[in-house]
This record gives sequence, structure tokens and C-alpha cells, in this order.
Amino acid sequence: MSLELKNVSMKVDGQTYIYNTNLTLQKGTMNVLLGRTLSGKTTLMRIMAGLDVPTTGQIIWNDKDVTGMRVQDRKVAMVYQQFINYPTMTVYDNIAAPLKIMGKSREEIDEAVKKTAKLMKLSEMLDRKPLELSGGQQQRCALARSLVKGSGLVLLDEPLANLDYKLREELREEIPKMFKESGAIFVYATTEPEEALLLGGNVATMWEGKITQFGETAQVYHNPKNAITAKVFSNPAMNFLRFTKKGDQIYYGKNEQRLIHDALKKIDDGDYLAGFRPNHLQLEQEDGHLIRFEAHLNVTEITGSETFLHMTHCDDNWIGLIHGVQDLEYNAKLNVYLNTRHIFVFSTDGDLLHTASYAEGR
Amino acid sequence: MAKITLSNLAHSYIENPTKPEDYALRKIDHEWTDGEAYALLGPSGCGKSTLLNIISGILTPSEGKILFDEKDVTTETTANRNIAQVFQFPVVYDTMTVKENLEFPLKNRGASKEYIEKRVASIAKSIQVEDILNKKARGLTADAKQKISLGRGMVREDVNAILFDEPLTVIDPHMKWELRTQLKTLHKELGHTMIFVTHDQTEALTFADKVVVMNVGCVLQIGTPEELFKKPAHTFVGYFIGSPGMNFFDVELEGNIAKLDDKQIELNYSYEKTSKKIELGIRPEFVTLTNNSNDIKIEIDRVEDVAHHKIVRALLNGKKVNIIVPEDEKVTEDMTYISLDKDKINIYVDSWLVEGEKIS
Repeated sequence: MSLELKNVSMKVDGQTYIYNTNLTLQKGTMNVLLGRTLSGKTTLMRIMAGLDVPTTGQIIWNDKDVTGMRVQDRKVAMVYQQFINYPTMTVYDNIAAPLKIMGKSREEIDEAVKKTAKLMKLSEMLDRKPLELSGGQQQRCALARSLVKGSGLVLLDEPLANLDYKLREELREEIPKMFKESGAIFVYATTEPEEALLLGGNVATMWEGKITQFGETAQVYHNPKNAITAKVFSNPAMNFLRFTKKGDQIYYGKNEQRLIHDALKKIDDGDYLAGFRPNHLQLEQEDGHLIRFEAHLNVTEITGSETFLHMTHCDDNWIGLIHGVQDLEYNAKLNVYLNTRHIFVFSTDGDLLHTASYAEGR
Repeated sequence: MAKITLSNLAHSYIENPTKPEDYALRKIDHEWTDGEAYALLGPSGCGKSTLLNIISGILTPSEGKILFDEKDVTTETTANRNIAQVFQFPVVYDTMTVKENLEFPLKNRGASKEYIEKRVASIAKSIQVEDILNKKARGLTADAKQKISLGRGMVREDVNAILFDEPLTVIDPHMKWELRTQLKTLHKELGHTMIFVTHDQTEALTFADKVVVMNVGCVLQIGTPEELFKKPAHTFVGYFIGSPGMNFFDVELEGNIAKLDDKQIELNYSYEKTSKKIELGIRPEFVTLTNNSNDIKIEIDRVEDVAHHKIVRALLNGKKVNIIVPEDEKVTEDMTYISLDKDKINIYVDSWLVEGEKIS
């Protein structure tokens, strides 16, 4: 079983929503669409579901062209941000609803509902009405309904966005386990990088109507192919710095320069974009190939276990994530350090040229 | 700006409340320091919105009083309390320009033209909307509109307090960083008393000087982010703050020895004997995976790679335990034991933190 998008694009009133896209999703996989609001996630899902017909291209489902086939005639299920349940029906009847419409026998329905309820940890609550459940349980009920009819394709559009933080944490942990057993193709849209990492599976990072990278989630996180992917798949966003390499020196900022010893030696002379994650900036000047930056600290945020530093280096805004509680002076100069093994080197157009050496082999 | 005092305050939506569960907000007695930033944090239904509505005057408490400085405002209307509010969804006038939106609260209060000009320019700079000041609000993105709502909430310098009701919920993660930082910077500049309601711990912890953690109508702890992290006063606070939250193990205590199944853990403090439920709490950050068979045996369920660290999900005698492993550390197959950082252990009796006596 597979779902294939072949040269799919979407234009509405002359405006491009989705640029030419090719994507193949395999049976039994979790596929996360990760991108900011308006990056095209929902549009792409609607095309996959058959709710919208793409301007160009084909949708191939199990080697069969289903482009233009009505959503009712496809075996798909979709769950939205706002969880939808029938308020007057019990949880049991809510989950059973799609099967009743399909005209299944009572025994078949009973078996399928109980099995799905068990998967979604709702077995104890089948006699209750949705409003007697917590938010997390209500959304699990909606998810159960999407799974029960054995759809080959289940589309989840930011299903946890309206839930409390802690509930989200719990469901994120449970969802991959629950879904592994169902064997369907899952597509899961989210704006949050942490969510993508916790869900695992594959990820397609999206930016302005384009998929910038598709692959195994942890792989994409550790080895982004371009600066946009790195930016989308990092929270807080990756920090960037323009630099010039000339001989064994690199030049950056306002005429700062530094002798280089390692990986950066391999690259040709020229202009580049360096990318590094917030947690790789450090305050101590320990051993190793460190680059020092003289930044301006604007404000700090303390979470109790970590401190976020919001700073400006030349015209770039950077964020640093430091362990522990750091009491630093605001609106003042701050020296921060970066180990060169944590630097991704991109071309000035944003294509990855050298992956950071710490991420190699991950 | 004002100090806000909650005096024996409680609220029930039922007419004749008798038991604690009848209260949406159970009795609270507290003073909010003038000029500080507070966050009300808790899951839905914990009473945080009830408390905010009492402070803003939308709701009159069924018991107790609320004072702004020394003045009793318990029955005053919202309009008479001189506060600014920012809500979950942006409230802007679509037909007005961004500038007119920001000017609106000042014009309403009859401020002088010169003052309005100066003040709006400064706020516009802080929230970085200088380039769109003359644009109509209609057609702006939700993020931009919410920025304007925030700016309008902060444009008046003479308000007693600014109340924020989940203002960043509808905002994209990357914009949250920006808006939060701007809020924080503005707070440092203006020194308003700010109260921020949220269910998102990162938001609460990064924004507030003091966080008020609530659950089922009770205020469980009011503390700095560091206090909430290191010394959660209640097991719920330990669970709710931190991602994943604190681990709890049922133990038996004898002096400074905690018995966890057949293992004995020597503690830095000695505790009084009790027949109540005793739990040992330790954050995943302070649990270390080892391959030393003298340590506590666990079974690893799975390892999650989440950005700058790994979360190891494991079972200790069938009970869940989470361990945080730094990015650069490898998890090998023989690492099926854990050790606990003694300095970071907290002891809870009937869910509340207890302090022991230091072992000399």
C-alpha cells in the first residue's frame, strides 16, 4: 500500500499554494508535515484526502490513479485541530458511527469498537458522553473514530493544538505507539519541531508551498540539507552568521577574524553562511576549537532548568540555550563561544555544503 | 500601577457551597507586588481564568475581597479598575490603521496630542511595527494583529495592571519567541504589574518573575522558576513543571535511608517517621543511566532523540521513569541501571514537600 503524489501543484486565483511536489508515503508509516502557518500543510493534506483537486499532477493510491475521485469514495479519515464528537452519543456510539454508516453487522461493529477503544485507552469510558471526558480523552475519541473503519490513509491536522501542554506531552508519547499497530499511512501536520521529533517516523519540512526535505525524522533534524530546513526544524530557530574564508582565516561580523584548524579548512575560499543551534552556544571558554563572538545581550528568559539568551551579533538576532540558571546583565556586551564541530556550512543560497562534524553518522 | 491584594478570596459558581470541591477557586490570601510579572499556570479547569476574571472585575468573588493598593475594588466594574487586558484572540479595529489602533486607548482617556505621538512611536518601536504603522489592520496576519493587541495593552502608562489571557496560544512557535521577548523587554522598561494566564509552562516560566501554579481550584505554589524546578512544593507542581516532569517513587523512610523496593538510598537529610504515603521525587535531569549492577535496575522501554537531548523512557518495577541523557552521550545496551543525584532528591509526604534535618 502506498500513496504517491506525482508532480502535484495547486494554484488558486493565480496564487501558488503548492509548488510542484513529488512524494511517496509507504504503508504503516507516520509522516509528519512540519512547517509554519501558511506553509501549505493543510492544502497538501486536503489534496491527499481528495477534498481538493490539484491544479496539476496525479494522486496514485496503491498503483491506481485516484486524482479527482470524491473523498466519500476513498478510504480516508481526517482529524482536525478542533476535535469533533457527537455530543449526545456515548463514546461507544461515537466510535461506532462510521461503521454503522458503512452498514456493518453488530458483531463486527462491537469487535472493531472495542479493539480501537483499547488502543486509545478508552475502554473504561465507552458509556460516557464526550463532554464528561477530559480534553485529551475527547480528542482520543475523535482519533478512535478516524481509526476504526480501517482507513488506509489517516490525516491529522494539528490534532493536539487545542490541548493543554501536559496532555499534549502525554498524547505525543502515546500516538506513535497506538498507530504503529494499525498499519495505515499517517500524515500528521504540526508547527512544532519537538512534536515532530517525538512522533518519529518520517518528516517533510515545508516552507512557502514547497517541501524542503523529506526523510527519516531524526535524520532530517541532524542533517538538514539546506538552511530553510534547519530553520524550520529547530525551536528556537537555528542561528546564522555570514562569513568569508580566505586562506587559513575566517572573517565575520565587523572585521573579526579567526585562525581555523579543522573541518572549515576543507572548504574553498569564498563567502558562506554558518548555521548553529541555540544549545551549542556556550558561555565557558573551555578547550576545543572555539570561536568567540562579542554579542549584545538584550534579554534573558529563565525556565528553572535552562536559560535562553536573546542577543544581537552585528545585525543578526541569535538565541542561546544554556543549562542552569544564569544571572546575566541585560543590555550589555556578552562573550559567547561556539565549538566549530557544531557549525553547519551553507552556501550563501542556503544549500548545505558541510554538515557539522558532531552530527556526522547520526 | 498598584499592589494587588487578594484577601480571603474564594469563588464558587454554586449558591451554597459546603465542601472544597464546590469551589472553582479555593481560599487564597496573597499580595501581588507592584511592578512584578506573574504567571498563572495550570491545566484547564484549574481556576486560573476564574482568578483572572475576579482581578479584572468580570466576576465578583463569592467570598473575600480584592484590593488595588489600599482601595477595596471587590465590587468595582472593569472600567473603573483602570486595567488593560489582552486576550487569546487579537482584538483590533480592522478599519483603522495600526497607528490609530495603538492611539485608541490614549485618545479615549483624553491624552494630549504630543504625548500620544511620542508614546505610540515608542511602543511601535518596541513591538517592531514601525514599518506598518499606516497600514490598515485588515489583511494583517494573526501574528501581526496579536502584536498590535499587545501593543495596545501596554500603551497606557497609568494602568494599575495589565492582564494577559493566553495571548500566545494562537501564535506560531517561532513568533512566540519574538513576542515573548518583546513583552519581557517592555516589562523591564515600563515596570507594569503584569498577570499572564497560560497552560504552557515555557511561557509561564520565561515570562514571569513569579509563577502561581494551580490545580483543581487550589494555588499549590507561588515561586520563581528556579524554585519550582528545584523544590516543587507539591507532587503536581513537580509533574507539571518540566518536560517530562519529575519522577516519583513510593519509598519507605527510616531516618535518612529511603527504601526503594530492595534498594537502600542514603539521603542527605533525615526525616521524621510517618505512616502516611511517602514519595521520593527526582527530576529526569538528575537521574543518570549506568551499567553498574550496584545501582537501581530498570528496563528501558525506548529512547527518544528530542533535539538537544535524549529522553529515555524506562520502567522501574513496572512504574514509569524518565531519564534525560545529554546529546553527546551514547546509550549502550548494558546501561540498564540508574543512579540518583543525592543533592537533587526531594521527599513528599501525602503529596506535599517536607524538609528533613541535615545529616552532619
